[in-house]
Amino acid sequence: MSKMHVKLNVNGQEVEGLAEPRTLLIHFLRENLNITGPHIGCETSHCGACTVDLNGKSVKSCTVFVAQANGSDVTTVEGLTNDDGSLGVIQEMFREHHGLQCGFCTPGMITRAHRLLQENPNPTEEEVRFGMAGNLCRCTGYQNIVKAILASADMMNAQKEAAE
Amino acid sequence: MIPAGFEYHRPADIASALSLLQTHGDEARVIAGGHSLIPMMKLRMADLSHLIDLQDIDGLKGITIAEDIVSIGAMTTQNELITNDELSRRIPILREAALLIADPQVRYVGTVGGNVANGDPGNDMPGLMQCLGAVYTLEGPDGSRAVAARDFYEAAYFTAREDEEILTQITIPVPSMSGYAYEKQKRKIGDYATAAAAVMVGGGNASVAMTNLSDTPIYSAEASDALAKGDVDGCVAAALDAIDPQEDMRGPIAFKKHVAEVILRRAIAKAQERAA
Ligand SMILES: Cc1cc2nc3c(=O)[nH]c(=O)nc-3n(C[C@H](O)[C@H](O)[C@H](O)COP(=O)(O)OP(=O)(O)OC[C@H]3O[C@@H](n4cnc5c(N)ncnc54)[C@H](O)[C@@H]3O)c2cc1C
Ligand code: FES
Ligand code: FES
Repeated sequence: MSKMHVKLNVNGQEVEGLAEPRTLLIHFLRENLNITGPHIGCETSHCGACTVDLNGKSVKSCTVFVAQANGSDVTTVEGLTNDDGSLGVIQEMFREHHGLQCGFCTPGMITRAHRLLQENPNPTEEEVRFGMAGNLCRCTGYQNIVKAILASADMMNAQKEAAE
Repeated sequence: MIPAGFEYHRPADIASALSLLQTHGDEARVIAGGHSLIPMMKLRMADLSHLIDLQDIDGLKGITIAEDIVSIGAMTTQNELITNDELSRRIPILREAALLIADPQVRYVGTVGGNVANGDPGNDMPGLMQCLGAVYTLEGPDGSRAVAARDFYEAAYFTAREDEEILTQITIPVPSMSGYAYEKQKRKIGDYATAAAAVMVGGGNASVAMTNLSDTPIYSAEASDALAKGDVDGCVAAALDAIDPQEDMRGPIAFKKHVAEVILRRAIAKAQERAA
């Protein structure tokens, strides 16, 4: 099969490459672009470790062909740091509240939490749990992940208020 | 898990998509959200050499709400269905069911058209659409035709849709029945139903359909009639008679029948309570 020309905007940068249409977005990100934040946990659409933000939606990048994503905006966990490279709010709150142990699920968790908080800046604990249901963690028992996301919401709202 | 190679097409309108389907015959498949098709392609259980992506076709998008009828474009995502407040006010069972499908990531991309066209008995929308008396519009080389959801499903992955047809729209009459419930038993979040039931009741009418308890969704006229008369036991007996569950990793037949009854009774009770 012939390769196609792929153009994406990843974390604010225009990137291009050649890939077979059947290439999964996760493989294109990791292997062609060397963006290794999004992980491959199951490769069967279940674990959410590969979650990226695609045109403002959380998607499992192991279940999207690069051909489908062609022309899209993609944000990965790498794109959620502050401009100076320091940890962004959600990343910092995961660190502070021990929202990770081995860290394998973390990039997917943080990328998903980012979209959740964009859509719902004041979630209840129940809404966080429901909204994070597509991301599995084998280590933490979720408690601290939920804590970290609720703390992120508070922090982001406080920052917004301070800026106004 | 890498699928076999294919050629990728992204037509801009329905006519171009139909002509691609005609040119490539059964070598071609359309892709909507891809969240049923891509897993099948990874397992090499779906065999195709041309993939026709419907994402750029504006004619397949959008929800139109009229006085007594709602039209949903095939490419409407489950998330768009859930977040449309006007739709949820008019036909609340749609949101109730959609929230029980898969997980947030899947619902952002999985489409209503893909869910009803797929033909997997595990899909939740087909039984729901049968309960609602929805009608599907199919467009093919010879024009368009309408098929009732209750007549659409023939066997697992076999439907009334011809290979060269595209399902473009789902039309749902706004229900006169004010009681509704979609109840689903699943092993975990993101799992397909062990058993699920869609029930509407009110004003002397009722409608009952069940999911993943046969190789097609099961709408039962007998169960619906019994419930319309207020005969809950008769409704449950008729529904259990109509299903034909098979043993699989979700359990043996007797267990599935048991769960079907529990779920159906729950759905009926909730629907009746809401109708009151
Ligand atoms: C982890 C996981 C859990 C899930 N859990 C559930 C669940 O609990 N309940 C549930 O109902 N679903 C579930 N699904 C399936 C999900 O809802 C799918 O998105 C949906 O079944 C198919 O929609 P799609 O848009 O992704 O279709 P696709 O995967 O793109 O297509 C599915 C099939 O339909 C055909 N098709 C698609 N659109 C059209 C059209 N307009 N005209 C003609 N043919 C068409 C395709 O050719 C293909 O054969 C789950 C999926 C995953 C990955
Ligand atoms: S790797 Fe994509 S969902 Fe697990
Ligand atoms: S921290 Fe190990 S899987 Fe979540």
